[in-house]
Amino acid sequence: MIEIPTLGWQSIVIFVVFALSLLIATYCTYAERVIAAFLQDRVGPDRAGPYGLAQPLADAVKMFTKEEFFPGGANKALFIFGPCLAMITALMSSAVIPFGNNVSFGNNLFFLQGIEVNIGMLWIFGVVSLGVYGVMIGGWASNNKFSLLGAIRAASQNISYELAMGMSLIAVLMISGTLSLREITLQQSIAGEWHFWNIVKQPLGFIIFLVCAFAETNRTPFDLPECETELVGGYHTEYSSMKLGLYLFSEYVNIFVVSAVMSVLYFGGFNFPFQYELRDWLVSNHDWTLASAQNLITFLGTAGLFLKIFAFIFFFMWIRWTLPRFRYDQLMRLGWTMLIPLAVINILITGGLILFGVI
Amino acid sequence: MSPLFLFLAFVALLSALGVVFAKNPVHSVLFLILTFFALSGHYLLLNAQFLAAVNIIVYAGAIMVLFLFVIMFLNLNVDTEPHKPALAKIAAAVAGGSLLLIMVAAMKDVQPAGYDAATFNSQIGMVDKLGMVLYTQYLLPFELASVLFLVAMVGAVMLGKRELGERNF
Repeated sequence: MIEIPTLGWQSIVIFVVFALSLLIATYCTYAERVIAAFLQDRVGPDRAGPYGLAQPLADAVKMFTKEEFFPGGANKALFIFGPCLAMITALMSSAVIPFGNNVSFGNNLFFLQGIEVNIGMLWIFGVVSLGVYGVMIGGWASNNKFSLLGAIRAASQNISYELAMGMSLIAVLMISGTLSLREITLQQSIAGEWHFWNIVKQPLGFIIFLVCAFAETNRTPFDLPECETELVGGYHTEYSSMKLGLYLFSEYVNIFVVSAVMSVLYFGGFNFPFQYELRDWLVSNHDWTLASAQNLITFLGTAGLFLKIFAFIFFFMWIRWTLPRFRYDQLMRLGWTMLIPLAVINILITGGLILFGVI
Repeated sequence: MSPLFLFLAFVALLSALGVVFAKNPVHSVLFLILTFFALSGHYLLLNAQFLAAVNIIVYAGAIMVLFLFVIMFLNLNVDTEPHKPALAKIAAAVAGGSLLLIMVAAMKDVQPAGYDAATFNSQIGMVDKLGMVLYTQYLLPFELASVLFLVAMVGAVMLGKRELGERNF
């Protein structure tokens, strides 16, 4: 039996999370086309491999072998730095997400989470607020007015929607009383108690968060920074080859991460209904040890969390192929005059409900 | 001094120098963001996780985005940079130099206070502890600061408001 040190175990978890987010982002590109085809009553990709499943590989080969182009007058270092930054910030936030409860081998207890910090929610929020730099720097360094306009749109959009997003998170924080994502998850299901996921307590907050998540990941109907009818390709007009690939890829990683955050904050994370009843039933009726029953619950919970994440990813794509794009002034008006006042009202309502002991 | 502290201090000083010496304003802003990251690392070493996260969110995440935004809009670069007269340069050098002198003179005899490992509270600097201190011991300064922010916010809204009859676009 090889002894895995705790830090070693964490690095394994981080590596698996890293690989998984890349794999999921890869197959998001495939899922996007399949769902688009389904919604538009077309066939979709079906040439490469069975059901077109090798399509992402074919895309990757195409991206890597295309010509690398540097526009004249571009700031070369920042032109390369932009997509790298977009990818780094997209991958950073999954570090604090609890992908499962603990598993135990012998006397060792392991947590299926990269790092457990007591500022998990602030970490997510901080990394999300940094996400705009990749777009801004890339758009500016391209030395193209369409790229610059896209970058400026991305910046103002992100700043506007960050405020409402932060305020909807504050309402969750008021209920939970902790910033640790693991604690928030565990609070949403307590053994032997009638307990609800946060969505029941925070329906308005969830809707605000969802809308802001669409805006922060630059997805339709908020994809004004890359609006092709006005700005050619927006901030990635001048990009080609794998640098473009990194930009498109980071969008899907962002979708994955933000879906995971929504599942954890509002939909119970790795909890699933009747988990404690299942554990107790296994222990009392089938002679399982408590530890092995808990391990099974943990793995089922992780599978459940990924099911929730995939449901959200599907929702993102469903919206993309259903709703048209906003106009830019509509976008700003929605952010500042609708979502921020609603988020403030949500905080007041939550405070009132806590004061009167309802939740 | 731990190697991590030395590394962070090195990064912080080097990127702070980069802010001053970079010819391109966008590079300056990026160096400043790197400086904030190094400072946040220092806060983490001092066991102030909340301060580290808020430093990143507010400074690196919001204020520097606005800085970058304005610089991109104005398209500042080496050609449009105004050249200061020699007198202003000399005055700046004298002022900065005397500030450095005062700082060195004030700091050179300081003994690091350190802490007693037996009685040190490891929870200090955590969010809930910070909140308790802010809302009990320092309630008045905290509320005064929030009034200041409110005034600044109202002022910004007033400045940004359209005059009556002015066009939208």
